[in-house]
Amino acid sequence: MNAAYEPNAYESWSADRGTEIIESLSHVEGGVIVILHAMQEAFGYVPEPAIPMIALARNLSRAEVHGVFTFYHDFRHEPAGKHVLKICRAEACQAAGGDALAARAEAKLGVKFGNTTADQRVTLEPIYCLGLCATAPSAMLDGRLVGRLDEKRIDALVAEAQR
Amino acid sequence: MTSSDKTLKIYIPRDAAAVSVGADELVSAFEAQAATRKLAIEIIRPGSRGLLWLEPMIEVATPEGRVAFGPVEEKDVASVLDAMVANGSHALRLGVAEEIPWLKKQTRLTFVRCGVVDPRSVEDYIAHDGYRGLARALTLDSAGIIADVTTSGLRGRGGAGFPTGIKWKTVADTKADRKFIVCNADEGDSGTFADRMIMEGDPFVVIEGMTIAGIAVGATKGYIYIRSEYPHAVEAMNEGIAAAKRAGYLGDKIRGSAHAFDLEVRVGAGAYVCGEETSLLESLEGRRGIVRAKPPLPAHKGLFGKPTVINNVLSFAAIPFILDNGAKAYADYGMGRSRGTMPIQLAGNIKFGGLFEVAFGITLGELIDDIGGGTFTGKPVRAVQVGGPLGAYFPRELFDTPFDYEAFAKRDGLIGHGGIVVFDDTVDMSKQARFAMEFCAIESCGKCTPCRIGSTRGVETIDKIRRGERVAENIAVLQDLSNTMKFGSLCALGGFTPYPVMSALKHFPDDFGPVPTRLQAAE
Repeated sequence: MNAAYEPNAYESWSADRGTEIIESLSHVEGGVIVILHAMQEAFGYVPEPAIPMIALARNLSRAEVHGVFTFYHDFRHEPAGKHVLKICRAEACQAAGGDALAARAEAKLGVKFGNTTADQRVTLEPIYCLGLCATAPSAMLDGRLVGRLDEKRIDALVAEAQR
Repeated sequence: MTSSDKTLKIYIPRDAAAVSVGADELVSAFEAQAATRKLAIEIIRPGSRGLLWLEPMIEVATPEGRVAFGPVEEKDVASVLDAMVANGSHALRLGVAEEIPWLKKQTRLTFVRCGVVDPRSVEDYIAHDGYRGLARALTLDSAGIIADVTTSGLRGRGGAGFPTGIKWKTVADTKADRKFIVCNADEGDSGTFADRMIMEGDPFVVIEGMTIAGIAVGATKGYIYIRSEYPHAVEAMNEGIAAAKRAGYLGDKIRGSAHAFDLEVRVGAGAYVCGEETSLLESLEGRRGIVRAKPPLPAHKGLFGKPTVINNVLSFAAIPFILDNGAKAYADYGMGRSRGTMPIQLAGNIKFGGLFEVAFGITLGELIDDIGGGTFTGKPVRAVQVGGPLGAYFPRELFDTPFDYEAFAKRDGLIGHGGIVVFDDTVDMSKQARFAMEFCAIESCGKCTPCRIGSTRGVETIDKIRRGERVAENIAVLQDLSNTMKFGSLCALGGFTPYPVMSALKHFPDDFGPVPTRLQAAE
């Protein structure tokens, strides 16, 4: 899992690479979401030109693929910041004081949830449950999980993200 | 058996909760310490035993058994290693893991291996009684397996509580060229983590349960739909499947039998509603996770229009025990129509949080006060939410409710997936009610009007109440709206969101009014 801890270095979009991804997954039954995940893993987001390509390969309308793409919270239509900080906002983390820490992270970063800092370093996102509900509040920085957050730990996490 | 005897076997969990509080760092720290001391150690990475307030809880093999230490921080590594080598005392020493009262009080049928075995090793699984259920299933016919599952009284652990045996029988009785087994691992409820823990700590029990289901109903392909928020579980299941294939437990001729069964992991994409079974099937087919109207039932027309068994992770994970030990051994536990054990998850503001597997019938109060030890903030427990974001909030007056599907339903609650989130007396219950509506609005698939529109109107109405605008009238609107959602929604998202809202209103009416007044009153 160590690779996931590193800030991701993504490829830049090319139609050839897009085709390659689509073809490599042609055997996957009902695989539109699998392809969208693969696109995002490669490019850091799902580039707009990929949508009609997936539609063509899967014998679907462009609208159908666009519909799938926009339904799911995970898929991005533009690259995220260099680091992505996801803070759990669900009930168990609320019960453990998560709301105040979430507000603290917003204040430190100067952005609201769902936004990226002006310097493109940090994207701050809510996440609804990491399943770390007995070591709450919790967060995930670029795939690395952090539990038992307190003011000190959230500050350190924000500082790490800003680096 | 000479030099290896001296090798110190250290167990450091790879469970995501342990990792989130530093388990990975401990591995490096122990390796570094051992290298400096020229000490031979072997580090094994099991799942977690579920005593999550003690994580990272690490163990060392001794002649008396595995001795636990926790919670261990990096600064403790040198002294803990001293204590391990000397088998001596330490402030963090907890004694033999199995003897820790919190663990000993449990009835672990499903989680018996979790935190014990190496989740990457089929051999270790087999050495701990794994695949005995499958061995027995291979000696039975379809009806024989299903009879066992039915007699055990197992009900769907995802929350709906539908009898698993009946579901399987429906699929077995439906003729089709292809059938599917689908495991719902879209564990999105806050306060629940049992699916995640078992997938990370004992993936083979899930694989075995699904394989038995496949043999029982005549399906040769299974999918495990895991939420993307669980990357560790995805990795563990993928590795487990690969290992099971290598060992002949998945594939064309399972253990030399005529049965074929294969498994594939699919990763969700951040939609809570995909935990609803028909929405999950849509998602597996690569579409928007829009809920399907029932009928047809998934058992008749499920994945790709074929008969499909769709069960929760914990339902499948209960199967190997039932097949191995017999239906009666499972059904002997529990109360009323809730048979067997439930892996209960104690979460939120709780002193001793974690996974507590126990027979149905234990009361909420025992779980919160005796097992959980109250809040970690030390303040009084004011409310607990049982069953995730769609579960009711219960006050202390209802703590005598036994953990049982029917007992909770009778009190306008639900046990759901067995998660309990504890809140202390600083909680603002109209804010929690607002969150329930807001969450429903964010996660609604949009198909039915009561859920799609009702949730947004619900947020607005609660906001008015909190601002003090015509409070009595708006509470009436909120009740009316909740009724419409409850009875008019297509699935549990819109249909159950009223549970947290109405229970908050019913049990904590003082919290519904203008915020400033309330805060002044509290001061």
